[in-house]
Amino acid sequence: MSVPARFQSNDRWQQIKSKMGGWSLTTYGILAFAFLYLPILILVIFSFNDARSVSKWAGFTFDWYGKMFKDGQILLSIWNSLFLAIVSTIISTVLGTLAALGLERYRFRGKTAVDSMFYLPVIIPDIAMAIMLLLFFNMSGIGFTPWKVNFFGARLAVPYSVIIGHVAFNTSFVAIVVRARLAQMDRTLEEAASDLYANAWQTFRRVTLPMLMPGIVGGALLAFTLSLDDFVITFFTSGAGFNTLPVRVFGMIKKGVTPKINAVSTLMLAVSLTLVVISILLSRRSGDGDSVQMGF
Amino acid sequence: MERLRRHPELQAWLILAIPVIFLLIFFMAPLLIVFVYSFLERGKYGGVEWVFTLDNIRRVFDPLYFKTFLRSFYIAIVTTLITLGLGYPLAYFIAKSPPNRRGALLFALMIPFWTNFLIRTYAWLTLLRTHTGLINVTLMNWGLLSKPLPLYGNDFAIILGLVYGWLPVMVLPIYAALERLDESLLEAARDLYASSGKAFWRVTWPLSLPGVVAGSMLVFIPSLGAFVTPAILGGGKSLMIGNIISNQFLGAHDWPFGSALSMVMMIAMLAATLIYFRWTKKSESSL
Repeated sequence: MSVPARFQSNDRWQQIKSKMGGWSLTTYGILAFAFLYLPILILVIFSFNDARSVSKWAGFTFDWYGKMFKDGQILLSIWNSLFLAIVSTIISTVLGTLAALGLERYRFRGKTAVDSMFYLPVIIPDIAMAIMLLLFFNMSGIGFTPWKVNFFGARLAVPYSVIIGHVAFNTSFVAIVVRARLAQMDRTLEEAASDLYANAWQTFRRVTLPMLMPGIVGGALLAFTLSLDDFVITFFTSGAGFNTLPVRVFGMIKKGVTPKINAVSTLMLAVSLTLVVISILLSRRSGDGDSVQMGF
Repeated sequence: MERLRRHPELQAWLILAIPVIFLLIFFMAPLLIVFVYSFLERGKYGGVEWVFTLDNIRRVFDPLYFKTFLRSFYIAIVTTLITLGLGYPLAYFIAKSPPNRRGALLFALMIPFWTNFLIRTYAWLTLLRTHTGLINVTLMNWGLLSKPLPLYGNDFAIILGLVYGWLPVMVLPIYAALERLDESLLEAARDLYASSGKAFWRVTWPLSLPGVVAGSMLVFIPSLGAFVTPAILGGGKSLMIGNIISNQFLGAHDWPFGSALSMVMMIAMLAATLIYFRWTKKSESSL
């Protein structure tokens, strides 16, 4: 049986076309990743530059890292960032998990309203949320009172307003991640537990919570990262004189570009990278899809 | 205890009580304050006078400020379109690569996204600055340029910074939609002699539309409310609505006007989102 010539040539043409398409797609992919990585790579390279310039290479040095670790204000801001991230992560993980359980497992009047309320902090641009909170803390008696605390030998004064601000946006993100896990979860195990006369609390403690754990840890990691990364909300809710690392970096950028900022950036990059690797490893171990841990 | 078990609604409220109360106090109340402040007069030294006025809302539409509003919209829309144009083929590339490589590619996509936004913006600052930026310095050293290109302190720099910052967020939902796509539908289209272009526009594109919509919203909203990018790459000359808002609190001490600006921004955002959703719904059903 012979195939009409018209179709034969068309087939070959299609083959060539699809091969070309595959090549150009791969080339595009490489270029796109180059676009994503080159600026960061250049930033890291110039943190080792033996000159004040970040555009002319003048030899290799670790000096800027030395200067960074001798800068008391930078060190203090690192401690502030860590303390803030830990505290706000703990609180928002508890609140977000409770919210996820309540919203995913129950039906009640007014659920749509509560649901939307939990999505709002994710949707609203951070500048709007920042000034909302600024006005609120100014108006309420809370103001910018600091929580004075000794954190691994560093004397910190972290305003309650900043902690609350971070919890306010993190809670929603935790709730979304935990809800995604809850929605995927197989409920038959919980039903089996109650068939075996476990009471509600026992079922939750022994079955639901362990199964939910990867979601909770994923949510906590996301909250921790978001808190470490936040600049806008911290900047507006802290009053004067309180710096987290991003706030400090913003101030430094405004004063002028130096490789010291590149060094601080590289440090922050290393921390985020570590956090991503941890979250990937955790999601691998729990045999979970990667989408949940990614946060979106 | 027995009564609790019989009333799941009561149980739900017990679980939800703390997070809901927290958000009511620390999110809904602040939102309400911004709303109320929009209609008050400014105090002499910051703060407000409790006198009702519509002046703040009127001032938002004063050409001086409204121009910035329109420019912010323009920047956000252009950013979203470029990000979509760059992000769609990237999502397609990841979705078409062998399954064992996809995880690594997604991971590679997310690393820049998990990197601090401020730092990624700063990275572009060191590249784009007019006289000391890496791009202009290098091109001039090579003798390719006699005078520096205007790469910094304009809309171009802001849009580039925003596209760079939000590209991963555009790719993820499109990738998710493409990955779910049923290959047999494309085979069916080819069996019916559809050209690859036609198969794409009649099968792949409509089925990936939910991802496109989600990605576009995730890019559009933060771009419209951008503050860091114009503050760093706009060079103090090119501003967006986020900077005007922040100026009312940091410099001008005009809280009611700042509140009015952010109220209008949030409402505009909501309106844009609703229009976009309806429009994509319509184009989806017409296909």
